[in-house]
Formats: sequence, C-alpha cells, structure tokens
Amino acid sequence: MSATATAVPVVGQSTADEAAAIRLAVKDLNFYYGDFKGLKNINLNFLDRQVTALIGPSGCGKSTLLRTFNRIYSLYPEQRAEGEILLDGRNILDPSIDLNELRARVGMVFQKPTPFPMSIYDNIAFGIRLYERLGKADLDIRVEEALRKAALWDEVKDKLKQSGMGLSGGQQQRLCIARTVAQRPEVILFDEPTSALDPISTGRIEELIEQLRTEFTIAIVTHNMQQAARISQFTAFMYLGELVEFGPTNRLFMNPSKRQTQDYITGRFG
Amino acid sequence: MVALSENVALAARVAVARRSPSPVGDRIFRVAALASALLVLAVLAGILASIAYGGWPAFREFGPGFLTSSAWNVGREQYGALVAIIGTLVSALLALVIGVPISLGIAIYLTQLCPGWARRPVAMTIELLAAVPSIIYGMWGLFVFAPLFARFVQIPVSNLVEGMPIVGTLFYAQVPSGVGVLTAGIILAIMIVPFVASITRDMLDQIPTVLRESAYGIGCTTWEVVRHVLIPQASVSIIGAIMLGLGRALGETMAVTFVIGNANRLSPSIFDPGSTIASRIANEFNEADGMQLHALMALGCILFVVTFIVLIIARLLVRRAKVA
Repeated sequence: MSATATAVPVVGQSTADEAAAIRLAVKDLNFYYGDFKGLKNINLNFLDRQVTALIGPSGCGKSTLLRTFNRIYSLYPEQRAEGEILLDGRNILDPSIDLNELRARVGMVFQKPTPFPMSIYDNIAFGIRLYERLGKADLDIRVEEALRKAALWDEVKDKLKQSGMGLSGGQQQRLCIARTVAQRPEVILFDEPTSALDPISTGRIEELIEQLRTEFTIAIVTHNMQQAARISQFTAFMYLGELVEFGPTNRLFMNPSKRQTQDYITGRFG
Repeated sequence: MVALSENVALAARVAVARRSPSPVGDRIFRVAALASALLVLAVLAGILASIAYGGWPAFREFGPGFLTSSAWNVGREQYGALVAIIGTLVSALLALVIGVPISLGIAIYLTQLCPGWARRPVAMTIELLAAVPSIIYGMWGLFVFAPLFARFVQIPVSNLVEGMPIVGTLFYAQVPSGVGVLTAGIILAIMIVPFVASITRDMLDQIPTVLRESAYGIGCTTWEVVRHVLIPQASVSIIGAIMLGLGRALGETMAVTFVIGNANRLSPSIFDPGSTIASRIANEFNEADGMQLHALMALGCILFVVTFIVLIIARLLVRRAKVA
C-alpha cells in the first residue's frame, strides 16, 4: 500500500482518511490504440463526492483515461487497457465484469448532447427500465426526480411527451445528465460536456455539476482551464499520455510543482 | 530605375494581354445543360402521354370496371386488370416482408458487429448482387430454385396445412410446380436486398458515434442500442430505402415473368401461380393487337402511376431524413 501512497500525491489529509474516501483507484494503467500507447503508467485516485478535473492539451490522453472508467473503449476491438481500475475495490478491467451493469454504475455525459430519438419522458425512463421493473407511478417519480436534479423539470414538465430532439442544446445536455442521474450511478464522467454549448448554457451545466457533487463522484475532462478551476476540487494535468501532476485544484493552479504544469496553465503551450 | 520602369511596362503588357471570358460560351453551356434536363422531362411526359393514349380505348370500353374485373379473355375481348394488380402488389409486398428484415440484418451487421477487415468484402458481395442481370435471377429461379422450392417447401407445407382454416388456403399448392406468387416474392426479395441494405447501411453509418456511445454508455446491450436508438434515429430514411425497394419490386419484369406462373386466376393461396402487370405485358405484347393491345397499354399506365407515386414518396422521405 505504501507504493500507492507515494505514487498518489498527498492531498493534505492523512492517508488513512483518504483511503476511506477513495471511490475509483487507477493503478499502473496503460492503454493502447493498436500499437500506439495512449496512456503510460497512470496512478490516480478519485475521491468520493468530489469533482476531479482532467486537463491537458489535445491528445494528452485525458479523454482516453475517462473512457476507461466505463470501458466504453471496449466497443473498439483494437483498443485495450492494462493495469487496474478499482471501483469500490473491485477491478473493472477484469474480463468477468458485466459491462452493462458497470455502465449503469458509472454514467457518462458526452461532448455533444445526445438525446435519444424518443420523447423527453422516455429518454429518462428508457435507462431506468433497462435495470429496474417499476410501475408507472414509481417510474413517473423517478423521471421527475432525475429531471429536477438536472435542473430541467420546470422547463419540460408540460411537454414530457414531446421529442427530446426539440429542446435547445443546453436543455438537451441537461436531459442527458438527467438520463445519467436517473440510473443512480456512483460515478459520473463528463467528457467536455460544455464544448458544444453557449456561455449561458455552460454556466448552468457548471452549477449543476456543483450540485451533483453532493451525491456523486465526478470526473470531468475539460479544455477550459477556468472551468476546471471553477468547478473542481482536484485537478490532474496530463501530457503525452502521462499524468504529470495531480493535486487539489487551488494548489495546482496557484503553485504547480512541475514546470510543464506551470507552462500549460500560464498558456505557454497547448 | 531602368529595371523598375521595365517591370512596370511588362506588367502593363500582361494586363493588356489578359482578355475577359467570353459570355457567349457560358450562355451556350447553360442552354445545353438546361436542354439536357428538359429532355428527360420531355421523354418522361411523352412516354406517359403515349401509354395513356394507347390505353385510353380500354379505359373507355371497360370504365372503372377495368380495375375491378378479373377477366382476361382474348377470344371474347373481355379485359380486366384486377388479377395483375393484385399479383403485382402481393408479390412486391412478399418481397418486402422477406427482404426488409434481411436487409436490416445485413446493414446492422455491417455497421455494428462486423470486424473491420470483413466489412469491405461483405459489402462488396452484397453490392454485386445488385449487378446480377434480372434475366439470370429469372432463369435461376425457374430452373434451379422452383424445383427445389416445390420439393422441399410447397409439397411438405401443403401436406401439413391441408384442411386447416386460413393457413390451409393461404399455403396450399393445388399444383406444386414450384412457380407461383410466393416464388416471385422470394426472387424479388433477393433482388431488392442489395438496394435496401446499402442505403440503410449508409444511413446507420451517418449516425454520430457519440449517440451510439451514449446508448452503450447507459448500459444498453447491442440489441437495445440498435432497436431503441439507431433504428428509430434512421427510421425515416430506412422507410425511404424500403420504398425504393418497393418501386423496384413493383416494376421488375423478367425475373417475375419466369417464376410467377402467368396464370390469370385469382387464387387465395400464395403458392399458386398468378401474374403481375409487368409479366402480363411481357408475355402478351408480342401477339397483341386491337383491344388486347389497348388493355396492355392501360395496364402499363396503371403500373407507371403506381410506381411513380411510390418513388415520389421514397424521395420525399429520404430528403426529409437528410435535412433532419
């Protein structure tokens, strides 16, 4: 355990407290796109009910890392991961893991809003029905709860039967968040969730992530360093497939310990 | 200074040498392109007009009864289109019922399940199916498929269902020769599969990767992703593809003429021979004259209109899908 403790930069509390709160632990993770090595020996912990931002220049591997946590990469046969990713102590890279169940526990929100071609109600209910047999009344409650948590309920409560494609971009993205929240996951992954949105919608999504933190462990990939600084408690800076620096967001931005981190956050490259 | 002024002089000369493009050439080009486009319209209108003109005596003689009468008697000069219309619709419908699920299966396999290296060979094979001339399908259907179909399907099934209500009529072959409406439907299905499959594949390919990933991302199985997200997302264009297949099935002549049996009989069994508008025309145009020729023209007119409507609907659906 001491090896892990040294590999993970100390956060400020004692290591014992930290271990208790670790939701997702990445250990010696290597990732390959065919012959190309996309991630090199990543060691990183995600703490329970904290927002962890992954930043770095394009192609640094931050999205790749995020996509290992729900194993969405395994849709593509040429991609593979080696190492360990422990979700509540269980290695999700283990071949015996039920991928569908994993993806219900680790939800994901993508760069672009992706409402399904069905009504607003069904966009939420569809994901719930995959795993739970609920009566109409219970389902209604769950749908409303999810839409409320995604701060969308007031805007759509009178048009639940209309298509989800008719909403604005920002609303669609909140619908996707609601869809993810409805499955009551433990971890929510955000892959540049605001890159296709206008500043006002972006602001609303950021507020939302702030609120969701009280219930879920959140990992967010972002190109936008201000965004990382605003909404995250921890930040990981990645470069060329390696984790360069990880720490509390304040410290990492105010007082980075690595030269590369400093160069990136001051805009000298990337 | 001397060099500079020389350069200026050179530049001036170049400017003089440049000539403005001739507006005449451009105008000729425009007119020629417009004429080509108009020619197609003129040919289309001409064909429709001449067929309508040729069929007019039959329409006048038999009135609306031409559409509802099942008579086709050359000796007594009694003609009705009903058998051929029903044969056309039923064989095309059977082709869709058989061909569309297979096409969807192919498209889904190619876009979702097929390993990358196998994608091109499989897709190419399917597109080669579209290149097989229809006479080959007809010949193969009559000489190879029909006897096998009679022996392994028509006879056992007829024996099995004999006497049962409904299925006993629908699937009973009075003369199990292998040819019939269902045989035509199966051959047509093989012929429309490449079209429907390749359009559907293109449409499924156009669906953004993130939509597919986000469906997997909430824990859907491949079946759930396809059934609830991808197919609905592409549904309008898939319907367009099906309509294009339908248009082809309605008008297909050679292969159908070989295998449908060419009987002018309204049979409730899909194993029994029948005829389609196209097969009737192909069979009889050689010796037809007088009212028989007018009746054939009238049949052609009906087929033209039906196919035209189907194609228009197909185009509209595909276009709407592309805009969306």
